[in-house]
Amino acid sequence: MASLAATFGRGAMTNHWKDIKNADVVLVMGANPAENHPCGFKWALEARDTRGAKLVTIDPRFTRTSAVADRHLQIRPGSDIAILGGFIRYILINDLQHDDYVKAHTNASFIVSEEYGFSDGLFVGFDEAANRYDKTAWEYERGDDGYVRRDLTLQHPRCVFQVLKQHYDRYTPDVAAGITGCSQDDFLAMAEIICSTGRADRVGTIMYAVGWTMHTVGCQIIRTAAIMQLLLGNIGRPGGGINALRGHANVQGATDHAIVAGILPGYLKVPTPSQQSLEEHFSDSTPKPLVPDAVNYWGNYAKFYVSLMKSWFGEHADSENGFAYDYLAKPDGDATWLTIWDEAYQGRLEGFIALGFNPILAGPDVPRLFEAMAKLKWKVVIDPFMLDSAEFWKAPGQDPESIQTEVLYLPSSHWIERDGSFTNSGRWAQWKEQAVDPPIGVRSDTWILSELFWRVKELYQADENPVYNDPIQHLTWNYLNPREPTLVELAKEINGHDLDSGKLLSSFGELRDDGTTSSGNWLYCGSFTESGNKMARRGTADPTNLGMHHEWAYSWPLNRRVLYNRASADADGHPWDEQRAGISWTGREWIGDVPDYGPTTPPRATGAFIMNEEGVARLFSNHLNDGPLSEHYEPVESPTENILHNNVPVNPVIHWYDGVRDTLASAENGDDFPYACTVYRVVEREHFVTSNVPYLVETMPDFFVEIPEGLAEEKGIPNGSRVRVWSKRGTVAGTAIVTKRIKPLLVNGRTVWTVGIPIHWGFVGLTQGSMANLLTPFIGDANTRCPEFKSFLVNLERA
Amino acid sequence: MDISRRTFIKASVAGAGGLSTLGFDLRPAYAAVRQLKIQNAKEYRTVCPYCAVGCGTIAYVHGSGGLNTTNTVIHIEGDPDNPINGGTLCPKGASQMQLAVSPRLQKTPKFRDAGATEWRDVSWDFAMEWFARRFKESRDATFTDRDDEGRVVNRCDGIAWLGSATVANEDAYLITKTMRAMGLGYIDHQARI
Repeated sequence: MASLAATFGRGAMTNHWKDIKNADVVLVMGANPAENHPCGFKWALEARDTRGAKLVTIDPRFTRTSAVADRHLQIRPGSDIAILGGFIRYILINDLQHDDYVKAHTNASFIVSEEYGFSDGLFVGFDEAANRYDKTAWEYERGDDGYVRRDLTLQHPRCVFQVLKQHYDRYTPDVAAGITGCSQDDFLAMAEIICSTGRADRVGTIMYAVGWTMHTVGCQIIRTAAIMQLLLGNIGRPGGGINALRGHANVQGATDHAIVAGILPGYLKVPTPSQQSLEEHFSDSTPKPLVPDAVNYWGNYAKFYVSLMKSWFGEHADSENGFAYDYLAKPDGDATWLTIWDEAYQGRLEGFIALGFNPILAGPDVPRLFEAMAKLKWKVVIDPFMLDSAEFWKAPGQDPESIQTEVLYLPSSHWIERDGSFTNSGRWAQWKEQAVDPPIGVRSDTWILSELFWRVKELYQADENPVYNDPIQHLTWNYLNPREPTLVELAKEINGHDLDSGKLLSSFGELRDDGTTSSGNWLYCGSFTESGNKMARRGTADPTNLGMHHEWAYSWPLNRRVLYNRASADADGHPWDEQRAGISWTGREWIGDVPDYGPTTPPRATGAFIMNEEGVARLFSNHLNDGPLSEHYEPVESPTENILHNNVPVNPVIHWYDGVRDTLASAENGDDFPYACTVYRVVEREHFVTSNVPYLVETMPDFFVEIPEGLAEEKGIPNGSRVRVWSKRGTVAGTAIVTKRIKPLLVNGRTVWTVGIPIHWGFVGLTQGSMANLLTPFIGDANTRCPEFKSFLVNLERA
Repeated sequence: MDISRRTFIKASVAGAGGLSTLGFDLRPAYAAVRQLKIQNAKEYRTVCPYCAVGCGTIAYVHGSGGLNTTNTVIHIEGDPDNPINGGTLCPKGASQMQLAVSPRLQKTPKFRDAGATEWRDVSWDFAMEWFARRFKESRDATFTDRDDEGRVVNRCDGIAWLGSATVANEDAYLITKTMRAMGLGYIDHQARI
């Protein structure tokens, strides 16, 4: 998501599920929606069946999605940038880009700083000691007026378009094929399909999921795809986009509402220790427009932030105290998943609370997580079902008596026993009704959280010499039943109020930075207005016939169904394709989807990408840590060298936690892990909770290992026999499924085998099985620190 | 002749003629046409709890809603009106009844003492009192109001909150609001992984 925001300005799926039916080409890569999102995937099949769309897959395995695709290309795990970079080059050398779109809606014409460069695997500005890039040379060149210099002919040697062309010129079919292991012919056949949409009358979409994010180059894989989609003119258009398929019912919503390190609701930023005043926080967080016609919507940052603080701290947040600026914690550096585990592992974390989450199975490097968990003083697990994470102390191989961690398990109600909204991948917030009450003895998450809050607050009130707790004492809690607020009350608080009139606001356009409005999440301002709960709407009308359904539920922002929809039309506001118009300019106003600005704003007045200070989308972006353009780096455990620059084989700016290098396979240490391995899900299961569902356990009872035919033969492993697989970190054992779905690949002149492992088992379900994450490495992406679950090395033998 | 199951039963019962040779009267059997089990159920529109497609579902609930009655979910199926799934569900969604109503759903808080080999059941009052005390103790022990450089940071580095991508937006918001107010920085959920 960090990657999409770095390119387009917002970190979310650009289009929505039903919109996929409008595509001419559907690329599924880093995802397997036929198994993992079946009812959303049917819109890809609809596109194929009704429009004759081409459906293609690129994956280390021949998946169930591949089984219904027009074409499949197998690549080695972790080689995605090589193939996507190859497509970019294919577009540029064959002049297949959508020229008018690229000129109107991307930063192709922007001139890049004279200092910028890339050589031998490193972008300019690499600071080896600090393990990071100094990004000042990744800026644009400014003109005398202070704005970025542009060359609309795209001929300037330092304009983004030319820089891009030069950078990806190395990704020849030969290189792409060599790194990924596919043949050049197959690469070219796939390129021809995927790169066929750079025209006004054709649109292509991409469906991806954690097969892209779970790499040390996860963000840059997505960046590569985003660049490709921009060149083809596929962003902002119905039937286009780059669509992140989320795994859990409310991943999008929980992210929007910021149960996430580093952000506050609505993607506002958590203040840092160096920002000692509200003014400093605003100055760092509010971008300045880089061109005169950029809307630069983040220029409104202060309005969103102040309204949030008014929601949280009410009268205690005012202009005198920087809207309670000291109330918010200023964390020091990274605070994400791996860092949290590392803090526990280093013995610095005392308490760990997991709600609706089974962290021990989620990994990576489960043996390390077991050690970390045993160092905690206390742990609380809140879930409707008993979880492996709550019973880690009595897992097989653990010695409970030596584990001093106190553990509390709280049974909570689940989705059907509570109302509230889920926001799906496509940003539709759908309200659900409460069907039944929780059983006696079971409490809602809201009750548990409120009870914790009140009891802690009361303990501080009774404490004669309390640690700083003003934010706790002053947190607003204006709910009819303070021990269990209703979700309607919370939905209204999220939407926000005009504090003078007490009325619900109808749009975030009404938010102010003077403390006279409140909004718990500006992105959802407009979702619950004086006219009612828009998330509960059930209108099925679809006048556009494009599946937008504006009267069904609520889609942030402001019920917009396709993000960046201004780019669905040309510079004058005429849709690229009349049959699939996102929005169109009638001469007086915009019609179609909900536009990004006032309905009468003329087409040439502003750029299409309002969240970007460039006003356009970023082919070249200085918003990520590991490069303004993408580059192929090998996984930290790789079966081959980096043929582009073997002196910089892996992403140079990933964070190495203490001791982690020793847990990685290394040929220098004589380690023998010759096989690439990847992990995945199956349709019958969803992560771990389905291990409680008898029908699903019956249909997919046991852990297994998917082994290619030739490798199984070589190792003497018959189908159905028991096999043992181990990495430098742990060992799993299960039934061998000998398969034709994974072929041997010729990677850089050497045969590479890939093994596949499903993730669904643990030690507490109806059936037990090996945890896939016993094998995976404790290392993450250079931006998000999302772990590299999808590509590592193993060895195996018949057990 | 097109004989439906119902007319077939009628015909065969009529053929048997009142008090049959079996020794009992079969007539009531054709009077009781089988009803759909959801016929008297109340319908609730909800959303599948699994992946993020957001398939609409209908939960059918039996019970009067009266004070001394317990309402029960008896069936869950796809919501045909929902534009995303149009009533369809995948194997997981189609079997969500077994997730909604399951003997494996827990009903009692459980506590595991340091070094203990088993759980013990505890009351909610005990559980929440223990939770709040531990929370405050760790917050007090690990709270930093000013860092080494003298900067105001007001943060608690000793407690982490994880989850969840499975709760409603409104609960997600309340989690963030409460935990940020407590001073936590270590807050993350499934989106990271």
